[in-house]
Amino acid sequence: MAVLKVKFTKTRRDKLAQILWILNWISVVTGIILFSLGLFLKVELKKREELMAEKDIQYVPNMLIAVGLIACAINFLGGKICYDCVDSTKFLRWKLIMLPYIVCTFFFTLCVLVGALMCYSMHWELEEALDLGLMQAMRFYKDTDMPGRCFLKHTVDTLQIQFQCCGNSGYKDWFQIQWISNRYLDMSKKEVVDRLRSNVEGKYLMDGVPFSCCNINSPRPCIQQQITNNSAHFNYEHQTEDQNLWMKGCRQALLEYYTHIMQSIGLTVLITWLFELSVLTGVRYLQTSLENVLRQGDPDSESDGWLLENSLMETARIIKSLGKSNQINTANNGDPNIDVPSTSKAHYGPDNVPPKEKMETS
Amino acid sequence: MVVMKMKFPFQKRVKLAQGLWLLSWCATVAGATTFTLGCLLKTELRRRAEVMANTDIHIVPNTLMIVGLASLGINYFASKICQDALDAGRFPRWKNFLKPYFAVSCFFTVLMLLAIIMSYAMKGSLESSLKAGLRNGIRFYKDTDTPGRCFQKQNIDRLQMEFQCCGNNDFRDWFEVQWISNRYLDFSSTEVKNRIKSNVDGRYLVDGVPFSCCNPSSPRPCIQYRLTNNSAHYNYDYQTEELNIYLRGCREALVNYYMGLMNTIGAGVLSIFLLQGSVLVSLRFLQTAMEAVAGKENTEIETEGYLLEKGVKETVMEYLDPVLTFLLLKNKVEEGTAGETTTAPA
Repeated sequence: MAVLKVKFTKTRRDKLAQILWILNWISVVTGIILFSLGLFLKVELKKREELMAEKDIQYVPNMLIAVGLIACAINFLGGKICYDCVDSTKFLRWKLIMLPYIVCTFFFTLCVLVGALMCYSMHWELEEALDLGLMQAMRFYKDTDMPGRCFLKHTVDTLQIQFQCCGNSGYKDWFQIQWISNRYLDMSKKEVVDRLRSNVEGKYLMDGVPFSCCNINSPRPCIQQQITNNSAHFNYEHQTEDQNLWMKGCRQALLEYYTHIMQSIGLTVLITWLFELSVLTGVRYLQTSLENVLRQGDPDSESDGWLLENSLMETARIIKSLGKSNQINTANNGDPNIDVPSTSKAHYGPDNVPPKEKMETS
Repeated sequence: MVVMKMKFPFQKRVKLAQGLWLLSWCATVAGATTFTLGCLLKTELRRRAEVMANTDIHIVPNTLMIVGLASLGINYFASKICQDALDAGRFPRWKNFLKPYFAVSCFFTVLMLLAIIMSYAMKGSLESSLKAGLRNGIRFYKDTDTPGRCFQKQNIDRLQMEFQCCGNNDFRDWFEVQWISNRYLDFSSTEVKNRIKSNVDGRYLVDGVPFSCCNPSSPRPCIQYRLTNNSAHYNYDYQTEELNIYLRGCREALVNYYMGLMNTIGAGVLSIFLLQGSVLVSLRFLQTAMEAVAGKENTEIETEGYLLEKGVKETVMEYLDPVLTFLLLKNKVEEGTAGETTTAPA
């Protein structure tokens, strides 16, 4: 009892083959799109790799790139097959390859689905990576004289300006870090020495932020120093002032940016997955209908096409028994010449003793 | 005396017509490109319209857009004419159309060249427009509560950060302007009162710049205030410090940006001008060669084609005459009516 049986006349088969040929080529294009989306994501992640801790998030764009390339190859082959399927003589060339091809493509579409789900799950790992990375970057903000870290100041400043954010979770993160290097602190001044002494670790902490935190939309010139001191500035109250500095944290800003990209890519991959699945279904119908035509012998006759020859349970059983026959073969060391009767007993008489031996003892 | 006479056997005429048809379609695409380039330039100029005092420079993109649209029409007709050229039955219907067509086409082609020349010639006008616009922008930086000027601060800040520049000529322009509004000055403080008293116009001037002048590439945190006071900051010498704030002036930065843009566009438009010119010259040759065939029984004879029947000066006078008589006639009529009105009361 076949699953989803459909009758195919000759014209219907030919039309199906032609449509599938076009759809396969469209799938090649979507494969290229997937590849370029993966490449774009890789470039975007690499651009800000200084701000991300050592977490393995590159596996998402790598998977997208691989899936895109494989999709191109599979659909290119599929296009060729469908092009030849219009002619039943050419179909014979592909007859043996078609079933393995369909099985491979089915597993490949599962990979595509996994890729789409990975796009959405990357969110949490990215958040962790950004949290650690930004903390490190802010700590090394002042180290513009150390090789390997000398560009972190520029990176953090341009990040805060471009994404309109300040600090890791908010601007208060800058209060807990010494972001002014000792090279620019006058150690002979009493005020500086006092501040250093009042801190446990000897860090010069202040309630000020770098200039890149300044909000462009503020109506007044930017207040960067003594932010929490209301009396230091005229007509200023720091609790109600929200236009002076950027209020958003950079971790949240970057996360929103990357999540937006990931969601668009994930949606595209899901649509591609649905498309691939429909193409696969079409190819399966084409394969089964052409095989039935060959079985019937008349290339112009009507034939049936189906997804599975037997019902789902029977197909599962057949696959299981295929697995079992493999087990039996391993019992006689895989030698097909030895005939091992599996269920019957040998009929040598009541004692099960072979008659030849009895004659010898007597 | 004929200008540039050339012999055209039948095969050459056919090849000319075919080549011209292809060329005119290329020129159509080129015309669309010119229009697009004009739109691009206009958009870029409008983006920074707040720092430009006048819109004189907009004549360049406007001309490019007009020329682009006109060349679409010119080349469409050119392709139609050369399609009909080899057909002796269809060609005569274009006879009366061709003279005004060539006049109009030459006018627009010359206009294209004029647009390129203008883009170089108007550099001075652009510079003075930017100078005035930036000066106003810096003066009204503090007026974030005055309607009509409340976005100047944002615009100037964004401009300075994007183009990596500071002030009009350089950062010292900020020293001559009060860019901190009185709303944020504590008039009870002696320091503020002294500073205002020491200035003739009663303005609060500081040797400081807004935060948008800060250079992110500087190794030290940005020094915005007391820039000229070396002792106010540790290990700081303002004469040798060049990474702290942007040293370039915004006028220079913007002029360079727009001249670069117009140079690139000018190079493209020049090649389009050459293409358009070659289309018109080929069409003229084809027209004159085919006109010699008209009326003859054997259409495959060799004919002569030329650019101008008479000399250059005579042709120009021939075209300008109707225009001049139209204008002069108008003047004569006006003079006549003026004379009538003066004589009537007499």
